Amino acid sequence: MTSSPLAGLADQKSQLLASIAALESLEQLREAEPRLIGKRSVLASLQKSLGSLEPEARREAGALLQEARRVVESALEERRALLARDARLRLLEADRLDLGDVVLGALRVPAAVGHPGLVASTQRELEDVFVTMGFNVADGPEVESDWYNFEALNIPPAHPARGLWDTFYVDLGEPETVVLRTHTSPTQIHLMEEAVRSATLPIHSVMPGRCFRRDTPDARHLATFHQIEGLVVDRGITFAHLAGVIETFTRAYFGPDIESRLRPGFFPFTEPSAEFEVTCTICRGGGCRTCSQTGWIELGGCGMLDPAVFDAVGIDGDEWSGFAFGFGIDRCAQMRHEIADMRALIENDTRFLRQFS
Amino acid sequence: MRIPRSWLEEFVDLTEGTDDLRTILDDLGLVVEGIERVGEGLADVVVARIDEVRAIEGADRVRLVVIDAGNGPVEIVCGATNFEVGNHVPFAPVGAVLPGGFEIALRKMRGVTSNGMLCSSRELGLDDDHQGLMVLDALTTPRVGEGLLQCLGITPDVVFDISVEGNRPDAWSVEGVARDLATRLGRPLRAPSLAIPNSPLQSSTFASAAVDDPDLCGRLTVSVLREVTVGPSPSWIARRLKSAGMRPISNVVDASNLVMLELGQPTHPYDADHVAGHAIRVRRATPGETLETLDGVTRELARAGRGLGDTGEDLVIVDGDDRVMGLAGIMGGASSEISDSTIDVLLEAAFFDPMTIARSSKRHGLRSEASNRFERGVDPNLALRAAARFVEILTQSVPDLQWLAGPLDVWGAIPERPTIELRSGDIERGLGVDLESAEVTSLLEGLGFEVVARDQSLLVTPPSSRLDVRSGAAGRADVIEEIARLHSYHRLPRQTPTWPEPGGLSPRQKMRRLVRDVAVDLGMCEAWTPTLGSDADFDLLGAGRERVRVTNPLASEESVLRATMLTGLVNAWGRNVERGTGDVVLGEIGMVFTHPGSTNEARTTKGGVGGSVTLSLPYENERLTIVLGRADDDATTSVALWAALGDRLGLSDVVVRSVDDAPAGFHPTRSAALVDRVTGTRLGFVGEVDAQFVTTLVPSVVNRRLGVLDVDMDILADWSRVTRRSQIAVVPSRFPSAALDLAFVTPTSVHAQDLACALVASSDLVEDVTLFDVYRGANLPEATRSVAYGVRLSSPERTLGDQEIGALREALIATAARLGAVLR
Repeated sequence: MTSSPLAGLADQKSQLLASIAALESLEQLREAEPRLIGKRSVLASLQKSLGSLEPEARREAGALLQEARRVVESALEERRALLARDARLRLLEADRLDLGDVVLGALRVPAAVGHPGLVASTQRELEDVFVTMGFNVADGPEVESDWYNFEALNIPPAHPARGLWDTFYVDLGEPETVVLRTHTSPTQIHLMEEAVRSATLPIHSVMPGRCFRRDTPDARHLATFHQIEGLVVDRGITFAHLAGVIETFTRAYFGPDIESRLRPGFFPFTEPSAEFEVTCTICRGGGCRTCSQTGWIELGGCGMLDPAVFDAVGIDGDEWSGFAFGFGIDRCAQMRHEIADMRALIENDTRFLRQFS
Repeated sequence: MRIPRSWLEEFVDLTEGTDDLRTILDDLGLVVEGIERVGEGLADVVVARIDEVRAIEGADRVRLVVIDAGNGPVEIVCGATNFEVGNHVPFAPVGAVLPGGFEIALRKMRGVTSNGMLCSSRELGLDDDHQGLMVLDALTTPRVGEGLLQCLGITPDVVFDISVEGNRPDAWSVEGVARDLATRLGRPLRAPSLAIPNSPLQSSTFASAAVDDPDLCGRLTVSVLREVTVGPSPSWIARRLKSAGMRPISNVVDASNLVMLELGQPTHPYDADHVAGHAIRVRRATPGETLETLDGVTRELARAGRGLGDTGEDLVIVDGDDRVMGLAGIMGGASSEISDSTIDVLLEAAFFDPMTIARSSKRHGLRSEASNRFERGVDPNLALRAAARFVEILTQSVPDLQWLAGPLDVWGAIPERPTIELRSGDIERGLGVDLESAEVTSLLEGLGFEVVARDQSLLVTPPSSRLDVRSGAAGRADVIEEIARLHSYHRLPRQTPTWPEPGGLSPRQKMRRLVRDVAVDLGMCEAWTPTLGSDADFDLLGAGRERVRVTNPLASEESVLRATMLTGLVNAWGRNVERGTGDVVLGEIGMVFTHPGSTNEARTTKGGVGGSVTLSLPYENERLTIVLGRADDDATTSVALWAALGDRLGLSDVVVRSVDDAPAGFHPTRSAALVDRVTGTRLGFVGEVDAQFVTTLVPSVVNRRLGVLDVDMDILADWSRVTRRSQIAVVPSRFPSAALDLAFVTPTSVHAQDLACALVASSDLVEDVTLFDVYRGANLPEATRSVAYGVRLSSPERTLGDQEIGALREALIATAARLGAVLR
């Protein structure tokens, strides 16, 4: 064995490790690297010398050499990381700035021209219309339990109606118990529960917010979108009031020449339910491609609160009645500004953002 | 669902035009999503015989075809090759207008005039075949010169594509749609003709039916049909199926499909020879059982699914050997399928528990026309009527068919039909208008409801086809919807409600608006960045944080709920840089999420079936994050932005304090916390984005300074944690102020803002203290710098004299000295 080319391997290895430990900068390391592990390194020449050995011995020696190389290389990488960290820390230290010492008067701050987001300003405009009509505005969480997003809204587990919403489930709790809200309707449930708890009925609120559906984005749909929903729970509320609120809102937001109409629809949480349509804002009712020649554009859904929902939140349906409606904020923006492809809303292209005030 | 007008007309007389009919259907909630006109624009197309085919010199794609359409030879240039001399094909002469408005004109190709066009079936709008000309000889016995419509026996028709809502199981059929129309239009609904058993032999002598689990199978009927000859359907049946969007297969299968479309009852025909013991039995599947469905997939049955509350219940149809023949109500197996050699047919028509079918079909990812109907609820009373209609239709192609007497009929549990009390005033309370009792009764009766007047009430019982109608208050709402729907929503009144409570925004919402407005005023372009990000983006935020993950993301880059908006904003900025539009301040107000396991602020809520489980949900934190990406932006412009924002928000005691624990993505030595001096609360962070972080996200950008501001809106909205400027106005003194400048050599550990605050607090006569210079230099002691303030002094009562000012100056110096600052 004394004739083995690897006789001095242990020494050679510790020498290599020592030279690695002695490297003091990234530049040194880069320079030394070929010498330490490259083609001209001791390890490489040892590798070559193995060729003369018998197959069995060669395999054994090869494994030993491989192991030594692994140790050396990993020491080198460790050293590299350490030196990089040091270098970064030195740079950061040189760059240090105590922000408490910033002298504001000495700063030349660029002239500021900003622009509100189209969705946010559309949401505000919608809120304002409803506020003037006597509504409050309520916020709600974006992650919900299945109970709030579905079951309290009269959509029991495995009910086919759950298929109407392509739901993103969140990896918490039992499977399918935590969701990204598919609509702002769970906020209705929170509001009603709270009003029952604190005995503060009636409710007249709109609930704007971000919602999620597992739907591949296209020109008309985004997987993330914004909805505004309205809820009224009061004494003596009828379907006529619902139709009246939709009508008042439509004219206030879209303009006096835009009308609304209701046609029967289905939502598990309202009964009677309706889809509401407004005069096509492109052709003003004359018929065009956008409205498939019908003169009407479908905007949202609405209906009288289903007794099952009242049961879920503990509201006495003999004393109280109510309605809910909901529609897309992004869709309103799309209509108002004739945006052919909704995806422009999430691209954050400065040239797009700067158009809106 | 696609419904030809001609089919509707078999049930109800329709005088309305297509557009009017569409309006009526829409108004009934049977929304017409599309209208297809069949045979429209074919009036000018006639049958022509091919008499001669010649090559055209220099043309290899088109040939000259001489035809006769009854008026002697006509020359046509034609590109198709799928015909021979003697064949008959459709010919559109010059001047004809084809479906889609295409007008045929004289055309010259390769120097040869084409006097019209020979057509493929797609060009005629008859189907999608565009392989070549429509060769009529294969379909019928054409006569030269005959109109094409006549030749094919086509009556021009209109097909309505109707979207049926989930609560209208009854409307998922021609008869159901016709019933709505008949009721709305006040016309009678005709019943379809039905066969009756024509064999004296009792069904029970040939076959048997059994239901093991009556809770899941409410009814099982089996009709025995003998002497069946399987073959193609008559052409009217094939055409009708095609126009409804189904492919004709054989007379038996077609009859089953036709009945389902017409009446809404799915049926399943079995080849009796392949049903052991001619026995059909329905039972729950047992764990371990498998079934190869018609789509060639082997399904494991009775295995609990992932869906909430899904116990894995499957209902199967088995034969006399207990062999599984099909997944009840969803899909059959291959083994007992109808084939050309089938002679005896067992026809199953049943009622299955809707929820069981819904769960089963969802779990197996199997949706069929049958399951879609069963899961919404098929009329339990329909089974034998559907069988009779099936036989009636099949008899047209198999006149000698024998239908054995006494079809097998086993009942299990079917949903109870509620009786709903519609009290006087209920309609007005619901709709805001009272409707005539006579109208209400006639509308409901038109839909098959039973209506009995009692005292001031109507007792209403829905037909068995309306399993969607519930009992009690919910049922009342269901019935009122039906009344409103048939009466027409358009004719209901509108009334704008009023209430004494004022509307308005909450303080939090007002604050949010103010923040947005001020940020925009200060140059922010508001962005909308993704709530869902990638694992790689999350990894950038450092180890040891649990992530909130979406179970079923659309793409892996959108699988984690964001824990910061910084990543999204830098990404958005990066894309703008690539477009050359990166000279911008981008910001967003939005939610970021913390895993409930990593926070004390997890939200607990109820969830699970019946809301019976307590769930821990992520902490949702609303933040304002702004990335300053203009050419000169850096940590200092971020501080300036914050100073202006904080000032406009009326925050009086928030200072910028350098910290060593800035959040991931922030520059470690050029970032600071925003700290309320009074409460000690950290409102957020300001500074620069770590250049490494920027380069990781935007590889083309190296060593770039980006400013950043990140503010916790939840804290900003919490008045107990953030100190506001007093509401009490301070009227400035009428007497002139005195100004003096003071520069101190101060240990670097002393915050300039703390020193300023101390100076302000040192006397009531100190009006204002402004930092105007910070100097670090070699001539100053180690670990110190010079900070210079402009101080304004004033009294509300008098002009300050020199002596007084001198004393105040000494007091200020003494105050500074207590903080280790020495006058320079």
